[in-house]
Amino acid sequence: MKVTDKDVSYVADLANLELSEDERTRMVRDLNSILDHVESLNELDTKDVPPMAQVSDRYGLDESKQGSDRFAYASRDDIHEGLRKSLPHDVALVNAPDSDGTFLKVPKVIER
Amino acid sequence: MDLSGLTIDSTRSAIAERKTSATALAEAFYAKIESDDPKIGAYLILSKEHALAKAAEIDALAGKGEALPPLAGVPVGIKDVLVTKDIRTTAGSKILGNYVPPYDCTAVARLEAAGAVVLGKLNCDEFAMGSSNENSAFKPVHNPRDLSRVPGGSSGGSAAAVAADMAVATLGSDTGGSIRQPASFCGVVGLKPTYGRVSRYGLIAFASSLDHIGPLTKTVKDAAIVLRTIAGRDPMDSTSAELPVPDYVAELDKPLKGLKIGVAKEYFGEGLEQETRKAIEAAIQKLASIGCEIVEVSLPHTKYAIPAYYLVATAEASSNLARFDGVRYAFRASGIRSLSEMYRRTRDQGFGAEVKRRIMLGTYALSAGYYDAYYLKAQRVRTLLTRDFEEAFKKVDAIVGPTCPTPAFKLGEKVDDPLAMYLADIYTVTANLAGIPGISIPVGASKENLPIGMQIFGKHFAESTILRVANAYEKAS
Repeated sequence: MKVTDKDVSYVADLANLELSEDERTRMVRDLNSILDHVESLNELDTKDVPPMAQVSDRYGLDESKQGSDRFAYASRDDIHEGLRKSLPHDVALVNAPDSDGTFLKVPKVIER
Repeated sequence: MDLSGLTIDSTRSAIAERKTSATALAEAFYAKIESDDPKIGAYLILSKEHALAKAAEIDALAGKGEALPPLAGVPVGIKDVLVTKDIRTTAGSKILGNYVPPYDCTAVARLEAAGAVVLGKLNCDEFAMGSSNENSAFKPVHNPRDLSRVPGGSSGGSAAAVAADMAVATLGSDTGGSIRQPASFCGVVGLKPTYGRVSRYGLIAFASSLDHIGPLTKTVKDAAIVLRTIAGRDPMDSTSAELPVPDYVAELDKPLKGLKIGVAKEYFGEGLEQETRKAIEAAIQKLASIGCEIVEVSLPHTKYAIPAYYLVATAEASSNLARFDGVRYAFRASGIRSLSEMYRRTRDQGFGAEVKRRIMLGTYALSAGYYDAYYLKAQRVRTLLTRDFEEAFKKVDAIVGPTCPTPAFKLGEKVDDPLAMYLADIYTVTANLAGIPGISIPVGASKENLPIGMQIFGKHFAESTILRVANAYEKAS
């Protein structure tokens, strides 16, 4: 068994989840079942294979351009005041669970 | 009014010729939803006021005899992971249960600019995580072809709404098969475009390098029309490609003769149910009979796709879902005293079991000591899977195979076994990892009258090719 009760507590803490006793028990079972299956990846020798984080740095680009020129389209000019305004306060705060009209409010931060 | 035969073009011309009005049509769809949806569960939120205002706009245009935009008055439904300004958007999750977005998803805005009438938001697995739609925090969706079965997922509502004539077309999202698999289960057309073809701006992120938006429709032509409408560069998504958008509709009827179609043996191995195999083999024969050359290809790393996918997808999800912390998006657990308690309680109460499972798996795969063994390893295997397609596409123009190993399964059948649920995605996750386009089209039914879907993959940005093959098949059958 790869994942123990202790691992689940540690990872839940990293993920800002609490999880009930029942959820923890199930999580140990499910994570182990999935990680056992994932084990098959070790059959492959990938020492010389570069990792692929995303698709768009490989395709759909102008092949005649090199280096950062290839991605120039993805950048934009600096936005100066007035070109694209951010949301007004009242709109941005519409979904706030708690606010004072100017800021989002959260409980006192003393310790994490 | 018979809504079952309506396509985008027939809807638009009926309005242009004043045989009906956009308003009457929207009312007819709402009546249909009211009578049929209680047993199917496709819609989460109806946006009637918004829809009728849009329909009135179209009717005013038609009344003046002005040229109508391409989707004028076409009733559409939107998967509830795409944000809609002033229309509640939940992602199928309690944590966003009361969230009202202040902006529109680009794909939805483009549909509306082309005249579409948004009827409402469609049910889905929570944060698009699931293959059966049973992970919706609100209600499951039932397959219109057999109510005891799942519609597929995660765009289950999007597929069911089209299949049950509760929308002419819908938008879904596809991170590991979530458009194509439900399209296959419900007997409709579902298209996942190339990564970067359609802007993801306003799609509530699950796994950003794998997420795609695409259409579910009754016909291949309708899928081409919707894609033409929503595709193209968007400054709000820096991964959207700058390539020009072809006229997919005009290219549909180009002859197929001499087109090379690949068949990969890895998609016909263990686990593929016999009836599905036979239906796909017959469909391949049909493609040969209309002029395609069938070529055997190999995608040797296919069996590693599921493990690689579930590591990459969950790692990205664990990061994307960190934003749901009780500060900004409407829901916060009550009775809390500290910041950390607010985070944990809000997430504990707001997320469902599958979402928590994926956050945990992804966090584990990214955590110190495991990053190289899991996340980095999966990214390297992603390269191998992508190279498989690159090699195969040196020999062929498209690759065909089953969309799913079986037809729709029963509600409840796989809920207690997450791994079994994941394994059902074997034929669809590869296209997300490689970023290539894929379309699922109906090619028959099982003895129990359950739809079977065939999937067609193309090269990056070669949507025209797969739409052409799909269209030729549809016309020949």
